[in-house]
Amino acid sequence: MKPVAALRSRFFDWALRGKSPEAAPIVLGQRRVYVLPTRFGLAYAGLLLVMLIGAINYNLSLGYALVFLAAGLGVVAIFHSFRNLVRISISPGRAAPVFAGEPASFHLLLTHPEAGVRPAIRLQLPGQHPVECDLPGGSSTQVRLDLPTIRRGWLDLPRVQLSTCYPLGLIRAWAYAAPALRLLVYPAPARDAATAALAGETGGQDQRGAGMEDFAGLRDHQAADPPRHVAWRAAARRESGPLLTKLFDGAAAQTLWLDWDALPAGLDVEARLSLLTRGVCDADAAGILWGLRLPGTALAPARGNEHRRACLQALALYGQA
Amino acid sequence: MARRESAPLSRRQSLWLLAAAIAVLAPLPAHLPAPLSIVAALLLFWRGASLARLVPAPPHWLPALLAVAGAAGIGLHYHTLFGRDPGVALLVLLFALKLMEMRGLRDARVAVLLSFFLILCQCFYSQSIAGAALMLAALVLATTALVLFEHPRQPGAAAARTAALMLAQAAPFMLLLFVLFPRISGPLWGLPSDAHAGLTGLSDTMAPGSIGQLIRSDAIAFRVEFSGSPPAQAALYWRGPVLDRYDGRTWRAAPAAAGTRLPYPTAGKAIDYQVTLEPDDKPWLFALELPGIIPRDARISTDYQLLNRTPVRARLRYSLRSYPDLHAGIDESQAQLAQDRQLPPDIDPRARALAERWRAQLGDNAQALIGKMLDYYRRQSFSYTLNPPLSGRNAVDDFLFETRRGFCEHFSSSFVFMMRAAGLPARVVTGYQGGEINPIDGTLIVRQSDAHAWAEVWLAGRGWVRVDPTAAIEPTRDADNLAAALATGDASFLGRSAWFARLRFRWEALDNAWNQWVLDYNPARQRDLLADLGMASPDWQHMASTLALLGGVLLTAFTLWALAARQARDPVTAAWERLSEKLTVRGLARRPWEGPRDYAERVAATLPNIAGEIRIIAEIYESLRYGAVPTPRLPELKRRIRDLRP
Repeated sequence: MKPVAALRSRFFDWALRGKSPEAAPIVLGQRRVYVLPTRFGLAYAGLLLVMLIGAINYNLSLGYALVFLAAGLGVVAIFHSFRNLVRISISPGRAAPVFAGEPASFHLLLTHPEAGVRPAIRLQLPGQHPVECDLPGGSSTQVRLDLPTIRRGWLDLPRVQLSTCYPLGLIRAWAYAAPALRLLVYPAPARDAATAALAGETGGQDQRGAGMEDFAGLRDHQAADPPRHVAWRAAARRESGPLLTKLFDGAAAQTLWLDWDALPAGLDVEARLSLLTRGVCDADAAGILWGLRLPGTALAPARGNEHRRACLQALALYGQA
Repeated sequence: MARRESAPLSRRQSLWLLAAAIAVLAPLPAHLPAPLSIVAALLLFWRGASLARLVPAPPHWLPALLAVAGAAGIGLHYHTLFGRDPGVALLVLLFALKLMEMRGLRDARVAVLLSFFLILCQCFYSQSIAGAALMLAALVLATTALVLFEHPRQPGAAAARTAALMLAQAAPFMLLLFVLFPRISGPLWGLPSDAHAGLTGLSDTMAPGSIGQLIRSDAIAFRVEFSGSPPAQAALYWRGPVLDRYDGRTWRAAPAAAGTRLPYPTAGKAIDYQVTLEPDDKPWLFALELPGIIPRDARISTDYQLLNRTPVRARLRYSLRSYPDLHAGIDESQAQLAQDRQLPPDIDPRARALAERWRAQLGDNAQALIGKMLDYYRRQSFSYTLNPPLSGRNAVDDFLFETRRGFCEHFSSSFVFMMRAAGLPARVVTGYQGGEINPIDGTLIVRQSDAHAWAEVWLAGRGWVRVDPTAAIEPTRDADNLAAALATGDASFLGRSAWFARLRFRWEALDNAWNQWVLDYNPARQRDLLADLGMASPDWQHMASTLALLGGVLLTAFTLWALAARQARDPVTAAWERLSEKLTVRGLARRPWEGPRDYAERVAATLPNIAGEIRIIAEIYESLRYGAVPTPRLPELKRRIRDLRP
């Protein structure tokens, strides 16, 4: 079954290719909704055939009626499934940047213009598990689609398949949509923070270590914070909520330069970017001023979310124009 | 996908599937071996109880064990695993086991497919209106289960509504296919021998109690539509198997030659009518004595039975003409007459002695002999009962001299015995007597309870003459109906009051229409109907093309339905728009950009008499539309707008 399924999906990819991405909102018009029987639907049709032969053979007039009613049910299911999907409109929603290796979450907003619920709508990205939702009439529903990330750079939302087998599971209606939605995948931070720090120190003008001594306060833990900065004691006192990260002052006066060229020779591009990403995260967590120097660009020392984002974006897009 | 298929069933899904299963299986136990019904019921009960978390789920090894044991049991019970009834039994077993062991959606879907097939199996046993209603109920439940499989978050009632809607929408397709799908007269291949099991009717033997069993059945044997007014009840003798071989216990039909020419000339008054015969798996076509024409595909035997070419396995309709005053068999062959004087030796000595005494008294006067015998029944206080005492080896002696209680079987049998013992050729004729006119549609309904046996005696110069000894002692048996003639104890199974009879007539008229138009819709009837509807040559090509055409129309209608937007009409907005519509006649339609307050002020300025009211309406609308807290003032808004007189 696997190779057949793969072949089929490749065929539909080819046959139903469209312009992508499309301008929002994408409305699933009648011409882009396809319907075919499911495997259960085929089994149902086969069963009806056997039942018809039985009714003919035993001269069961009521049997004919039953088979014809069931066949009518199958035909009606085509229209119900089609109707369940047609005229749904899809708009891109939020898509926050992530580090490579973390799942990317794309948010889509689905609406349909009518009263009543559109039940059991399935959204699926290629190779991913489907997400199922019900769309109430009149208001929009936000759906999150996750995609694993491997490489840094822009990640476009692949073509989304919307499908439904509602109401009977006999017929599957489906359509493709390619909303214009992309997110930035930052390089994965290097695991070994010490190297990054060292690289920073060699490239920097001040001692970073001194800045680590003066405790300046607490803030919520973030994924990229070094574990040794977690305020374990403070966390233990709190009933719930995220871990806390210790902030250190004294770095205010210091400036750390994260310098591409200062990294040990022999490291390849991705390893360097990974180390520098780690450096950005650590520096941000420590609350010190930092600057980033990449071949061809330099970001002046600063701090704060905006600076962090600019640095990470530069790292993510390094060499990708 | 794979993950969904193996997803465990929710309780709601399982419960609805279980309800469907109960509806599917409910009509079947009467036709299954009792142990299988019990096992299936227990399995369903177990499933239900484990859903209610009263008992644990069955262990994994149990279904396989039960499957093997059950199949073996079915094989032992039917002596085969093939054929209709063993097939249904196996299917029931499989279905019950599937329900018990089902875990995921895939299992549940298989169970639904099985249930569709089992609904078809119900048709083997009953195609009545009630049966169809049960089937429809089972279909709704099974479809509801399918909806819930697809949409587990939906409440059951909503899913049932969806299922009912879809079935209603499927009805036009069913109607179209039912009328136009070219009918083929089955079977496509040889049917298993048990295909027609369970059909009731007269048989070609009459052993003690065989008609007595039949008389207790209220089932309809056939229906008759007379062209003119129906003859008197007492004249309605529907001729069936003629029995002329007696072995001391059982009367049997002798093999008789049959041909396509009437063995007698017709004369006298004619009665025209149409008979719709229920299938009884027997070849006899019942006719009023004596038939004057032979229906298509039928022959007439030398003892005047109409025989169909094949046993009647589907409801059969035939037109007839009968001549009630006809005498046939004046020139009956000597061999036949000799056969009809035969009696087994060494039994019933007392009856023989009595007959011989009469014979000595009366000589060859056949009329007097018949009168003497009928007189004997009347004088000796014979009584009619459906619960006669058992008789011994000399059944006729016991009846005539000891018990003196019995019904048509005993009377006709003893009468023919006595006639033969006295040297007159005589034979037993079985069939039906009387019938009941349904005042709703005017048809005569003849039931199995009208089954009857009478006698025919051959008289020189007159041929075969009908004598009904039962009528001699209970004239009401024939003039009215059986129930009136029965002792109260016997009548308990036929409680009939006036309103009940009316209700039953109404129901049976409906049932007749159902039979004629649904169950009896065969190739011939299809041709007739389509010709009546104006189809020039109703062959299968025309049917197929008409089917395609009308099907296309139906599909187009459904496409339009699917594309028609279901507009969400917010009730508040709708009410507000209605206000604007109302004011349009005064030239005060709301401009698209106008807010409620501006609009109200403009209206108030133009129509000062409703200024206050319109401001209140606008205020309510604002609070409903834009208010931070929801207010229950929508009815008030609607009422005020409705009552506004601009």
